[in-house]
Amino acid sequence: MQTIHASQVKPPFYRDERILGIISQVLIVVIVLGLGLFFFSNMISGLREKHSVAISFTFLSQGAGFDIGESLIEYSRERTYFRAFVVGLLNTFQVAFLGIVIATALGIVIGVMRLSTNFLISRIAAVYIEIFRNIPLLVLLIFWAQAVFLKLPRVAEAFVLPGPIFLSNRGIAIPWGIPTESWGTFLIVLVAGILLGAVVVYLLREQGKRTGRMPLVTLWFIVTVAAVGFVGWIVLPQPLTLEQPKLEGFNTQGGKILSQQFMALLSGLVIYTAAFIAEVVRAGIQSVSKGQREASTALGLTAGQTLRLIIFPQALRVIIPPLTSQYLNLTKNSSLAIAIGYPDLFAVAGNTILNQTGREIEMFTMIMGTYLSLSLLTSLLMNMYNKRIRLVER
Amino acid sequence: MTTAAGTPSDRSVLPITERYPLVGWLRRNLFSDVFNSLLTLAALAFIIVIARIFLRWVFFTAEWGVIPANFNLLMRGQYPAAEAWRLWLVIYLLGAVVGICWKLIVGQFSGAARVLIAIPFVLMLIPFFSMGSRLNLLITAVASGAGFFIAGYLPIQRRGRAAAYFLIAYLVVMLVLLRGLPGEEGPMPPVQPILWGGLLLSLLLAFFGITLSFPLGVLLALGRQSKLPAVRIMSVIYIEFIRGVPLISLLFMGQVMLQLFLPDGFPLVDRVLRALVAITLFSAAYTAENVRGGLQSIPRGQYEAAQAVGLSAYQSTIHIIMPQALRAVIPVLVGQFISLFKDTTLVALVGIFDLLGIARTIISNPDWLGTQQEVFIVVAVLFWIFSYTMSYASRRLERRLGVGER
Repeated sequence: MQTIHASQVKPPFYRDERILGIISQVLIVVIVLGLGLFFFSNMISGLREKHSVAISFTFLSQGAGFDIGESLIEYSRERTYFRAFVVGLLNTFQVAFLGIVIATALGIVIGVMRLSTNFLISRIAAVYIEIFRNIPLLVLLIFWAQAVFLKLPRVAEAFVLPGPIFLSNRGIAIPWGIPTESWGTFLIVLVAGILLGAVVVYLLREQGKRTGRMPLVTLWFIVTVAAVGFVGWIVLPQPLTLEQPKLEGFNTQGGKILSQQFMALLSGLVIYTAAFIAEVVRAGIQSVSKGQREASTALGLTAGQTLRLIIFPQALRVIIPPLTSQYLNLTKNSSLAIAIGYPDLFAVAGNTILNQTGREIEMFTMIMGTYLSLSLLTSLLMNMYNKRIRLVER
Repeated sequence: MTTAAGTPSDRSVLPITERYPLVGWLRRNLFSDVFNSLLTLAALAFIIVIARIFLRWVFFTAEWGVIPANFNLLMRGQYPAAEAWRLWLVIYLLGAVVGICWKLIVGQFSGAARVLIAIPFVLMLIPFFSMGSRLNLLITAVASGAGFFIAGYLPIQRRGRAAAYFLIAYLVVMLVLLRGLPGEEGPMPPVQPILWGGLLLSLLLAFFGITLSFPLGVLLALGRQSKLPAVRIMSVIYIEFIRGVPLISLLFMGQVMLQLFLPDGFPLVDRVLRALVAITLFSAAYTAENVRGGLQSIPRGQYEAAQAVGLSAYQSTIHIIMPQALRAVIPVLVGQFISLFKDTTLVALVGIFDLLGIARTIISNPDWLGTQQEVFIVVAVLFWIFSYTMSYASRRLERRLGVGER
């Protein structure tokens, strides 16, 4: 009880909070740095014995010498390791992008179904959510790959869906547009349409500000772009020709073939993530208090206006942050592709390239750097979006 | 309508939806208008189609022979059959410890306790179990009952602390039983962890992953909130780095690169242990973020009040802040633990035979070609049961602690 006038009595240095703070920080930094240095020096000396140079990225320009099952860009085994890395990266982007789009659509549908006043519909959604949230994604992925897509019949006896879409154990063949000579021009027209749409949006906004009645800006944007695109499609001589797959011997020819690995990965990711997105959507919609809906009805807004102007903006504020983290999860989870043989970033770089070159440090730096910058970039964008939404709100 | 019809008690004049509660319920929930009725019919059709496909597969198409034939493998992997009694002993003791702790912490034999004691009996109904296993489950149930009963007579003052000691003692005994004693000829020859497998390993990885990552996560959360910049920055870097990379890359790193970081001649750490370290380090970063959410929900007044009554920083954290912060994030933490449990399946990709790893070896066995659907459905159902139980229990606990009501 000696420090009643603590401010007047200077405590001894070993009880001074500031000095203790500095000492403990220095200690912690020294310990962490020391451990890091210890590991690092072990690593360097170990690597010296293995390779002539401890760390070097020059091997990336050497010939890869292995094939990759599917690729968005042109690739062959004569290309470099770096090219192979990019192929894996693009495959990751492809499956992540498609997965995010489809999972969002499915998740919103199931989340809204969960809130339905219809007992059966809401039960179906609840059962879906409870089943797929509680099964490990890896089990789901391997199940799709081994127990569904691998079990499809051989090409000769493939299931044929209208389209025609061929389902076989070689993958799924779908009709696909083949670009013709005018495709490039059409793309330019499309870009022009988007620019025109932006102008329309700007003018409508200005008019909305003047009159105080905000028109359906997004709708008009879509209408403009679609109209320009439609005109371009009609005027230009067929920018795309539809090529349909057909059976030829032991394989399908033409169209686009989605490999069974890709389909298994996509289905697994979509079904798993949709269950989580559904919960996010449900929580978001429920977070808007009932009074808001009642108040807007009392003000004379229609049901559509209530949803668009009252419920949705407020629900979105709750939905966006967890939704973004689900998107990130999906992207990171796509690295499980290695279990089912889809050549994504991790499978190509962390497995094939690493095994061939033995360059663990370099490859892991590149892989982790890629995933890390992806997730940091996303959280940066999300924070910006969050700020904007908040400004709009209050 | 005769004279008696005027009184409300006369059921015959009530609308049909009130006269028969079921009809009223159906009207309100399924057939409120035309659109809703159509939806109901569509949903019914959907359910019937799915149920038909599924039931037909379960009872006619599926060949379940693969499951009983590999049941022991799925449950305990390569753990030697001669030593299986040790696993049962671990389970008996688990039953006993659960009984003891329930008596010490909760006290009475309430609703959830009935569910717990029912578990062994429900498991006995599983068709794949042998008679011996059923007997062992019965012993487990008896052990937990005995634990509950005996704990009531123990002269214990500080019950919570005693329960913690029992748990720690159980952990030690469990590890010794699993790992065995040195000496091949002894009563309990050692069993290398790489031989542990199947459901046993999945549960062990999840259990130790949770118990080890939780304190680490709490420390990291406190570090991130710390006033000391060096501590804060390092915590932030750690958390953001780990959360930015997929778990599989950490697991691979643990298997491929760990030797690189250690000096030459350093004894190689066991594969399973390396995977456990990766899972723990991974999960700790997520736990830290969840706990931080709880810490941020504590009003400043709590810190100031604790300081005002003369508690040290350490005391106020332990006695005032943490209990409130953790209670606020129980649902999130349990969600995190469930995802850790699900994530343990990833060890199957680095050559460890957990439940999923074993399943993959079974379907690649030529004797069981083409049984992927049966094996993976059983694996999925097993994982589902454990995850769902955890999430159900968390919802119960949440209600009991009144999270969000205070």
